[in-house]
Amino acid sequence: MCTGRVDIAFVLRAFTNGADGVFVGGCWPGECHYVTQGNYDTLFNMLFTKKLLEQVGINPDRLRLEWIAASEGNRYAEVMNDFGKQLKGFGPLGKGEGLDKRTMKLKLEAVTKLVPYAKLVERERLRVRFKTEQEYLDYFASDDFNRLFKELLVDKLAISQIMLLLGEGASSARSIAESLGLAASEVSRHLNMSSRLGLVRFDEDLKLYALAAS
Amino acid sequence: MEHNPVEIQIIDDSADSKGDVLVVGGGISGIQGALDMANSGFRVFLVDNSPSLGGKMSQLDKTFPSNDCSMCIESPKFIECSRHPNIEIMTYTEVGEVKGEAGDFKVKLIKKPRYILENKCTGCNLCVDYCPVEIPDPFNQNLSQNKSVHIYFSQAEPLVTYVDPETCLYLKEEKCQICVGVCKANAFDFKQKPEEVEIEVGAILLSPGYDTFDPKLRTDFGYGVMENVVTSLDYERILCSTGPYAGEVLRPSDMKTPKKIAWIQCVGSRQVIEGGNSYCSAVCCTYTQKQVILTKDHYSDVDATIFHNDIRAYGKDFERFYQRAAKLDDVRFIRSYVSVGREIEESKNVTIRYSTLDEGVKEEEFDMVVLSVGLNPPKDVEGIAKTFDIELNEHGFCKINPVNPIETSRKGVFVSGAFQGPLDIPEAVVTASGADAMVGQMLNYRRDKLSRERLYPEERDVSEEELKIGVVVCHCGANIGRVVDIPALVEYASTLPNVSWAGENLFACSTENANMISRQIVEKGLNRVVLAACTPRTHEPLFRDTCREAGLNQYFFEFANIREHCSWVHSKEKENATQKAKDIVRMSVARAAHLQPLQEFDLPVDKRALVIGGGIAGMTSALSMAEQGFEVYLLEKDSDLGGMARRIYYTLEGMDVQDHLNTLIRKVYQHPSLRVLTDCTINEVTGYVGNFHTTVKAAGRVREIVHGIVIVATGGQEHRPTEYLYGENEQVVTQLELEAEIVQQSDKVKSAQNLVMIQCVGCRQEDKNYCSRVCCGQAVKNALKLKEINPEMEISILFRDMRTYGFKEDYYREAANQDIKFIRFEPENKAVVEAAGSRLKVTVPDLVLGQKIELEADLVVLSAAVNPSDSGQDMARFYKCSMNPDGFFQEAHVKLRPVDFGSDGVFLCGTAQYPKHITETISQAYGAAGRAVCILSGDTVTASGSVCDVNIHDCVSCGACITCCSYDAIEFVETPYGKKAKVNEILCKGDGLCNAKCPTGAIYLKHYTDDEIFAQIDGAIREEVS
Repeated sequence: MCTGRVDIAFVLRAFTNGADGVFVGGCWPGECHYVTQGNYDTLFNMLFTKKLLEQVGINPDRLRLEWIAASEGNRYAEVMNDFGKQLKGFGPLGKGEGLDKRTMKLKLEAVTKLVPYAKLVERERLRVRFKTEQEYLDYFASDDFNRLFKELLVDKLAISQIMLLLGEGASSARSIAESLGLAASEVSRHLNMSSRLGLVRFDEDLKLYALAAS
Repeated sequence: MEHNPVEIQIIDDSADSKGDVLVVGGGISGIQGALDMANSGFRVFLVDNSPSLGGKMSQLDKTFPSNDCSMCIESPKFIECSRHPNIEIMTYTEVGEVKGEAGDFKVKLIKKPRYILENKCTGCNLCVDYCPVEIPDPFNQNLSQNKSVHIYFSQAEPLVTYVDPETCLYLKEEKCQICVGVCKANAFDFKQKPEEVEIEVGAILLSPGYDTFDPKLRTDFGYGVMENVVTSLDYERILCSTGPYAGEVLRPSDMKTPKKIAWIQCVGSRQVIEGGNSYCSAVCCTYTQKQVILTKDHYSDVDATIFHNDIRAYGKDFERFYQRAAKLDDVRFIRSYVSVGREIEESKNVTIRYSTLDEGVKEEEFDMVVLSVGLNPPKDVEGIAKTFDIELNEHGFCKINPVNPIETSRKGVFVSGAFQGPLDIPEAVVTASGADAMVGQMLNYRRDKLSRERLYPEERDVSEEELKIGVVVCHCGANIGRVVDIPALVEYASTLPNVSWAGENLFACSTENANMISRQIVEKGLNRVVLAACTPRTHEPLFRDTCREAGLNQYFFEFANIREHCSWVHSKEKENATQKAKDIVRMSVARAAHLQPLQEFDLPVDKRALVIGGGIAGMTSALSMAEQGFEVYLLEKDSDLGGMARRIYYTLEGMDVQDHLNTLIRKVYQHPSLRVLTDCTINEVTGYVGNFHTTVKAAGRVREIVHGIVIVATGGQEHRPTEYLYGENEQVVTQLELEAEIVQQSDKVKSAQNLVMIQCVGCRQEDKNYCSRVCCGQAVKNALKLKEINPEMEISILFRDMRTYGFKEDYYREAANQDIKFIRFEPENKAVVEAAGSRLKVTVPDLVLGQKIELEADLVVLSAAVNPSDSGQDMARFYKCSMNPDGFFQEAHVKLRPVDFGSDGVFLCGTAQYPKHITETISQAYGAAGRAVCILSGDTVTASGSVCDVNIHDCVSCGACITCCSYDAIEFVETPYGKKAKVNEILCKGDGLCNAKCPTGAIYLKHYTDDEIFAQIDGAIREEVS
């Protein structure tokens, strides 16, 4: 099994279970034990996952990918000690982000729900193949990538969170925006759009939004 | 729950005295030879005169340059041997007499009395606890105490005790029989006498290994007099967690951790004085670097000083390893001859006198001194020579045939390992595999006649059973037991969901304990087994086999690594380590609950072989396989066979290369089952082990070759220098060009009065960070040849380190005696070559005098690096083999699988693996042929059950899996539900990339499914936390 087998969903599951950090260790680029160079796939997947985490307000540095060869015991220890120190600095998951447990769970669930979709758009629109780690880092920092990411995922992530929150009970645009840390105008926009699609309805009596089905 | 107990089959064939091969020596070389021959259809007797298999490798702590734990990679092979139906192990046994001839030897073996019944002793160690006599432990180099009755070492094979007759009170004076009283197995038998066994074999392989140089014989090192002077083998034991000080580096005088340690190189080697060996022992430079790295791993504040002559980092990845050691803080490499001074009365520190260019002679004090002792011929080498009627060389090692280093002077008696001369573990393994090829060539007519198959009981169907997980926790001697609270861990494990039994084990990997696990599976009706121990990398095959022996599907086995992932890294925080071990076990148990039984399948093997590359390596291996009865295709890209060897005329040892090459080419062309295709290119490769399809184009014709295995021997090429006026001035040539001129006796050579050679051209530098291994020998060879032609010629060799390792050292000394000048330079101050009229001027800084030396030269000869061949990249792509950063092929394991690739059925030999001398290439070519025949001689090979499969109901036909598969293992097929992805189980290598790409989870990697991994992730965090 290659690090390329590490699914975005594995990382999210660990955070959902309360892990404060997730570490992925892989073979050095160019030293593939298969012929697949799957460590570049991991690199992409993990950078992508960081982006998703960041988008919902979770510190992306809680996920760390490092290259460590079987013979580099010392390096492994150094990296782990450093990661441990770093995580202590961040504080427990949620606390460091200023999110309560319930919201944190909800946010992670919102991302998890989008994993199948994320995999599809990743393949169709985002995938690149480079020969060096730097090129991947540059790509993820590029305007091109960020434009695509916004176009394809940002709204979806927001809506996914809003729907989950409304699943817990009717709420106002303002309080949704507050609990999820989103801009009120954005939340209103999503609610209007979702209302038009018949996913959400506005309860005139309560002056609150609720899921259409409920 | 009802279940049928399954009988474990034990085939008792000890009475059978007929075999094919006798292997003498149970070190790593003998073990590998026995395994390869047994896997090629021969019945093998594996005999060792010590109480256990293992040899010197078992005493080493780690192995360079990967720093793998030596015992951990060797001991699975003990078990493979002991479980092999075609290997009969006889330890504590000597060879008495050898009669007969090749094909029909009668050998008398003498089993020394252990005073223990091997079939009764359980290795429980109770007698050892009670024995009142303490003796120095031979396995720990006498640095710690053991008892008069003891097990040779913890993972010994066989894991039974033996009694030392010299110290046992009963055997000496008929006092004391405490051991007999405490033994619950009635295993003692003090009446045992030496027992004679006569066996019949067709061939003999000698792998008796080496002995280390004994510095006691010479008083100048202080060994045996000063307490804190130890040998490097002593130090290996000191470093080892199963060693005398349980892995803490302590000095013998006061059991304190030394702060300042010195290593002295070349102890007993490269010395022509009385009591020394003239040759270089070839392994000491690198093992010392390993010891330095390991010591610094233990204690980062230790000050390490290495007093050395040349640094001989000539092997694959050795140069980087040397740099790694040299870059560590407080590590000094000092090039100086030394003498051991005196022992300081109060501190027992030792002084060493040395000299440096900057500071002159100095005397410095060290807490501890390690003597890097060299390799001697095995003990009683004269006796070995006499018994087997073979000749020895002038150094007392086995005399070998340079064109076939595996042959001795007696037909039917072969040699592998360090008895050939000083060499390291991969070479000991390669020559053993080569011996398999030689035996195959000689005894092909009787292959499979005496061999037996391993029988497993029928697999139990557990699909209707409730989960019954068994957890076994292994102490790994002290490796785990010293850190993790094992009883607490066992108790915790037994409370986990679905666990029906938990127990512990001192060394789960010993044959006895592995059998015990088998018995527990049967008796307790276990249907999943979790072993909390070491690493699946080395031990998983063994324990999967253990499950099979108990009638349980092998994929119901799950490893929890609490050694590498826990006890080794948290040795100083025992409580936390125990907690972490619990976490790891909990995760494994959670995963085990989801494990599914998987079937491995047998693939038929096409009996034809393909060899790529028609140099000496390719031809030798092709011819060997043909001689062993297999059809072989040999592909060469050029019009002629011969490769690099066409440009080499003689070797340092005097072999006539062209004569050998021509004989070889003739034999290759004449062999009826060997087909040669020259001017050949490969267009396409499909298939897998047992069934490759290679499409080649030769002589304008395209054809497809079907073959079961492939050997890649694409060789190398001489680097084309860009420096030192090469290509601009005709008087600057490479060593190979010089060799041609010498053979032609050209005017260039005959008229030359002054000649300068420059070493390390195009390697040992940033972009080519390796040593080309052959150039130092080549330079000395050509220099000596030139002196033969013109004794008056003035020759200077500019070098960084002269790497004439092994017996080549004698020629280096000869060159120096013939007044060839050796001038050392540093890489940052290379020589400058300039035209000076009709001659050349070479300017090089003199390191001793600090001035510039100007040399006039009629010829400047560059020892150009050996580069990998250009066609390597293509082969890597075609046969899915990996390469190292330098472009040489990467073997599956640097030590123990030196001619295998990671991909099954693909092997390598020759310079394609790394630059090497012709004799080494021949060894490796036979080695590759031996390994390949292990597959070709069988009818089937087994493919892993851990491959991908598709749940077609979830497949949305997006093709994500197909585009990411490098093995082309997935394709669309029409199904009643439409076009769906389908996996070819044979091509799938189980990397699982596709799983992470599939949007619906339709494709899944068996044994690593989402369910299994999620269960592990969920198990990772304790309930109370979340």
